[in-house]
Amino acid sequence: MDHWLNLTVLTFTPLVGALAVLTAGGGCARRARRLAMTVSLATLFECLMLWNRFDPMQGGLQWVERHAWIPSLGVNYFVGADGLSMLMLLLTTLVTPAAILAARSIQDKAALYFGLMLLLETGLLGAFTAMNFFHWFLFWELTLIPAFFLIKLWGGPQRAPAAMQFFVYTMVGSVTLLLAMLAIFRATGQFDFPELARLGRSGELYALVAMHLPTGNIPVPAVMLLLFGGVFLAFAIKTPILPFHTWLPAAYAEAPTSTTMLLTGVMSKLGVYGLLRLALPIFPNEVRSLSGLLLGLAVATVVISACTAFVQRDLKRLLGYSSINHLGYCVLGMVAAANATAQDAAHQAAALNGVLLQMFNHGITAATLFAAVGWLEQRSEGRRAVDDFGGLRRVAPVYAGLTGIAWFASLGLPGLNGFVGEFLVFKGVFGLAPWAAAASALGLLVTAVVILTVMQRVFHGPLNPAWEGLTDMTPAERLVFVPAAALMLLLGIWPVPVINLVNETILRLAAHLQI
Amino acid sequence: MLHWPLYITFLGLLLLLLLPSRAGAGAARIVALAVSLAGLLVGLMAALRFDPHAGMVTLVNAQWIQWPAFRFHLAADGITVVMVLLTGIAAVAGVLFSWNIEHRTREYFAFYLTLIGAVYGVFLSVDLFLLFVFYELAIVPKYFLIALWGSTRKTYGAMKLALYSFVGSAMVLIALLATYVMSGITAPSTNASAGAIASFNLLDLARHSFPHDFQLWAFPLMFVGFAILGGLWPFHSWAPTGHVAAPTAASMLLAGVIMKLGAYGALRVAMTLFPAGLIHWQMPLAWLAVIGIVYGALAALVQNDFKFVIGYSSVSHMGFVMLGLMTLTTVGLHGAILQMFSHGIIAGLLFGVVGRMVYDRAHTRELDALEGLKLARALPFAAFTFVVAGAASMGLPGFSGFVAELQVIIGAWKAFPAMTLVVGAGIIIGVAYTWRALHKAFFSDHNSSPPHHDALPPITWPEKAGAILLMLCTLAVGLYPRILLDWIIPALDSPLFAGLQKVIGP
Amino acid sequence: MNEVDFIGVFKVLLPEAVLTITALLVLMLDFTAGQDHPLANRMRMAGFMTALGCVAAVGVIWGFPPVAVSNVPLIEINAHIQHYKIALLIITLAVALLAIETDFTTHVGEYFALLLFATIGFLLLVSANNLLLLFIALELASLSLYLLTALDKQRPQSAEAGLKYFLFGGMAAACLLFGLSIFYGVSGHFYSADVGQHLPRGPLPVDPLMAVAMVLVLGGFAFKIAVVPFHLWAPDAYQGAPAPSAAVVASGSKVASFIALFGLVFAAMGPLGGNAHWSQFAAGWKPLLALMAALSMVWGNLAALIQNNVRRLLAYSAIAHSGYAVLAILTQQQAALAYYVITYSLAIVGAFGVIAIVERASGGAELAHFNGLARRSPLLAGALMIFLLSLAGIPPLAGFFGKFYIFLEALRDGPTRAGQPTMGLLYMVVLAIVMSTVSLYYYLQVLKRTHTTEPDKNAAPLPLTLGTWVTALLAAAVILLGCFPDWLLKWFR
Repeated sequence: MDHWLNLTVLTFTPLVGALAVLTAGGGCARRARRLAMTVSLATLFECLMLWNRFDPMQGGLQWVERHAWIPSLGVNYFVGADGLSMLMLLLTTLVTPAAILAARSIQDKAALYFGLMLLLETGLLGAFTAMNFFHWFLFWELTLIPAFFLIKLWGGPQRAPAAMQFFVYTMVGSVTLLLAMLAIFRATGQFDFPELARLGRSGELYALVAMHLPTGNIPVPAVMLLLFGGVFLAFAIKTPILPFHTWLPAAYAEAPTSTTMLLTGVMSKLGVYGLLRLALPIFPNEVRSLSGLLLGLAVATVVISACTAFVQRDLKRLLGYSSINHLGYCVLGMVAAANATAQDAAHQAAALNGVLLQMFNHGITAATLFAAVGWLEQRSEGRRAVDDFGGLRRVAPVYAGLTGIAWFASLGLPGLNGFVGEFLVFKGVFGLAPWAAAASALGLLVTAVVILTVMQRVFHGPLNPAWEGLTDMTPAERLVFVPAAALMLLLGIWPVPVINLVNETILRLAAHLQI
Repeated sequence: MLHWPLYITFLGLLLLLLLPSRAGAGAARIVALAVSLAGLLVGLMAALRFDPHAGMVTLVNAQWIQWPAFRFHLAADGITVVMVLLTGIAAVAGVLFSWNIEHRTREYFAFYLTLIGAVYGVFLSVDLFLLFVFYELAIVPKYFLIALWGSTRKTYGAMKLALYSFVGSAMVLIALLATYVMSGITAPSTNASAGAIASFNLLDLARHSFPHDFQLWAFPLMFVGFAILGGLWPFHSWAPTGHVAAPTAASMLLAGVIMKLGAYGALRVAMTLFPAGLIHWQMPLAWLAVIGIVYGALAALVQNDFKFVIGYSSVSHMGFVMLGLMTLTTVGLHGAILQMFSHGIIAGLLFGVVGRMVYDRAHTRELDALEGLKLARALPFAAFTFVVAGAASMGLPGFSGFVAELQVIIGAWKAFPAMTLVVGAGIIIGVAYTWRALHKAFFSDHNSSPPHHDALPPITWPEKAGAILLMLCTLAVGLYPRILLDWIIPALDSPLFAGLQKVIGP
Repeated sequence: MNEVDFIGVFKVLLPEAVLTITALLVLMLDFTAGQDHPLANRMRMAGFMTALGCVAAVGVIWGFPPVAVSNVPLIEINAHIQHYKIALLIITLAVALLAIETDFTTHVGEYFALLLFATIGFLLLVSANNLLLLFIALELASLSLYLLTALDKQRPQSAEAGLKYFLFGGMAAACLLFGLSIFYGVSGHFYSADVGQHLPRGPLPVDPLMAVAMVLVLGGFAFKIAVVPFHLWAPDAYQGAPAPSAAVVASGSKVASFIALFGLVFAAMGPLGGNAHWSQFAAGWKPLLALMAALSMVWGNLAALIQNNVRRLLAYSAIAHSGYAVLAILTQQQAALAYYVITYSLAIVGAFGVIAIVERASGGAELAHFNGLARRSPLLAGALMIFLLSLAGIPPLAGFFGKFYIFLEALRDGPTRAGQPTMGLLYMVVLAIVMSTVSLYYYLQVLKRTHTTEPDKNAAPLPLTLGTWVTALLAAAVILLGCFPDWLLKWFR
């Protein structure tokens, strides 16, 4: 408490840095990039310090700051971090410097670019630590503007419709979320997440809605389902879950690579986080009653996106669909965990652990993969179709080796980080919803085929004569990929630190969700 | 002290009229800026010393006309403070955005200051006759501001606006006269019976309970009369035409402050005096408000003139104010009043960008034509301002509009759950038209027209100052709404609203 | 005592005597010394003399308050009547000053003398408490006004206007006389109060003979005040007459006629009132007046919408304003009526003053002649704006308060039922307000011309003259009386 470092400082460090970059970094792209890099590394350092002081044995919120903001509306400046938040903070502060490093090619209006990236980081950090809806929604929306402009101003040829779709689609979800949460506020007078979760679990929420919302002839369970639908829609669009995913491939493909790293690495986790923090704890009964539908959606997400990835020629689009696929496992695990009884505690814990691990690992992996594709784009002056390359293993072995690790991690090779999460998810879901698990396993298979095909086409096979003069990774570039690869290996073999971080939180959440 | 801006403005007007014609446009501008700044600063100082829990505080109560017994009675509560501050800010921003007027500058600022003075008068008056005098006084300067310095179809727009306003105030006049008579007021010379009212004072009249049958027709007459100026659908069509025709600062004032006069009158007079009538007419009026929100948004979506987009968006935003008033919940009323302030600022920003920054330079407002001008490169400050203004207009959190709309929606959930879904659709359409305008005007990649050869003149310091002032206001209120809510919330608990309090819920 | 106190009569009629002397002096001076001087000098001399005479008359009224006049027959004096006289004299003063700079006639002496004679007629009209003096004063005023209207020999419209006015007026006077004689016949008295008390009460609600007499009397007066359907002379008269004459017709004549009508209907025809309240209609002069008022308000405002000549526009608006004033009569509140017609007169005299100057400079009074007046003479255009907005009823000008007060009293008129006012005249008030709203349109059309349209290329700026200052003073009066109506109202309570 007397330590100067708390969550507010962590959240606003990138904001201060953004202002510094926007004012001082003009003119020279290198200067702007260096300044941004410094700030993001400082933020990472602060986060590590916080992690150091984090007590994993305590499953509740730590570093709580709570001040009245708008008392008449029950709005508080309420931040706190439990294991889940901490994990996400680490992910954000890890991916941002990497994204900044990968933004070497940005020359035009670089100060604005990096300022927007840092602003985005603030939004993300704030969204992961806010515990009051007003406060949280502010940061959730705050992430939209920088992301929109990052796509719109520095993106590819189709950036305008991509940015528009991204923005408007997400806003639709935001509006339904807002309406639903305001109705909840109307009924309960509460905006604080922990309090709302308690009301949801104990059934008081149901009673309060029945009492305070004049819904006329509509029965209360239907009203609760409607409210849940509103909340769920926002996160379904963000994650995304089929069929609300259509904005993603265009956005990821058209955005500049370093932006996509942030988008896929962290922003997509906002959706999953939202489900874990809001939707599931407040509406456990609704999740259970809709679990058939939700599981079906999750399975569809996993399988169909994997199949769609298979037919993509553009590497970035392919990776986009692959992202959808990987996050589908998270949704699968969450929905299955909501159906658990006390006897299934072990499976439930496994599923939830897997979900969180998958979030973190996918963040690392996907960011690295997009950086890899960006590297290719840079070297080849904009080409990134699968068929453009071939036999790169011969001319760029370091690149092939490092990014190969990432590709395999994405595939889920045991020994690399991607495996742990998926394994735990399936272990849990098999015990809770076997059919769903079995169907999703198809996704695993297809993903494997996709990735192996890509690797074969890009790295192996006869060398495409266009790339004979390709230079391998420079030491500066290796700076990005070596730590990433190392992290993937480390987490694959020894995921204990991460699991320890989140375990208590998981147990709490599991208990909350048990029938 | 809160009423000094009224005096300052009219004294400034006198000073402006007495300036010798040799003094030129520059002197007129400086006088106008000084007067509006003085009004704002005095208002700010008075606001800081104002006790929000004091209820209605009388500032001046002087004998005016003996019979009929009208007094020059100015008073203020928290709501007044908020409105006076809004007027001050809008006035200063308007003067800054009018810095480039060269044609008959002195007359321009004379009409401008008259308008500002009349607005201050309406907000500060508690004697209904005095309030009505100021309310009507505002009509004629509007006409001349548009007819002389306006653009598209200025004569038609000015006349339409003046006549609609006059019709609205005629309706209010009938209702006011009937109210006065029904209150049983007697001449001071005759023996006044116990309970007879001594004046046309709002506070006294609010204590009087009017017969139910009377309220059933008096309330809609008065409310709609005021609400016409507030842009209630379907009496809103003067607003887009008038705002488009008006010069920039006039549009800012019209959409930002004048429309709030109507909503303020509806709340302060109609709803306070006739609570029984209010309950009876709540649902139809709420529906009109919601239709206004959606209709305004849809209309804005299909416009090709940039200014028309903003004009229709004003109708849509004022729908929120009306809806908030009609929810008859405390939180809804808070939201309505906050939205009055918030939209006043945001409308100022939007019109400032469209009118002053873009139109005065590009000489076109057609979105299709603007597409080729690459305004984001040519006028980065304008683009930035419009992004901020558009975000605020969309209701993005962090800006004042979000808190206001939040409160209105919470209130609406209690009163009309089905309507709330329609409102949600309205918000989404709002996002769509704002994005469309933003994209087409500033960030389009259209390359059809040949590149603009003449460089557009840069944004001048008065424009920057005005824009920054407005942006800071909306940001401040968005991030810490308590600076206004601390005035608004206790105000609604004052005895003035006792009758209204009986019919509204939490 | 049946002796007539002639000294007393003279004392009572001192203001009128002053005016008579002034008129004779003006005539004499003009016929003798004035013939060798240029027109402008003659006008100045005659005009200032007239003005001086009016001032002297005002001084007389103020300085010599009336003594008990029990022996003075035929003429009523009280504080209110004195105040009316002062108001009428001030109006005439303004008209005289405005007439100085016109050049429509060489018959200078005659013109100002006729003006003074008309004023004497007005003064007598307001102090008439009996049918005889009423008619005499009315005829004195009317005959003078007919001549004043026709005195512009350069334009045939003036003669046409004068003729129409005269013919119409003659007919109306005949009807009026006939009606008054019937009243005398059945009541046996000719003092208004006595007439009212001695009217026969027959078995029917309204005796047929009384009905005829009432219609005749009202018709005669309705002509004077130009309400529908006796208004047909007004547009031509306002358009054809020289500007100062039109001003007098529109102002002084109205004030005097309304006050006289007010006294007549409530005193002489009191029992015949009937009821004009909604759902309580009863035959009498009240519903008649209400009908005429309603028709005037509607027709006057609607017809003004399509006018292109500012004079005709003002004529039709005058018809509408007479409608509002008739509504004031129905309220039985003399103060409201007095305030309204007096401030209306100030505004209309001022408006005609501006018209006179514009006509002299631009050659006509069509809308096009007013283009860009604000550039040519800001003071004149500003004054015109004040006058027209006051006529429209925009606060804080006098016209607004006048209308407000009338509407208020109209709503308060009538019985209360179960403690609540019945507001029987609400329908009239609503009609009046709606028509008033319509009127803003055509006033703004004129103001649009003066302020927003650019002046013609060969239009020169207008110099500051006496006329400009007079209109400015009148405008100031309109504003001040609008902001502080008590200053005028207290004279008439």
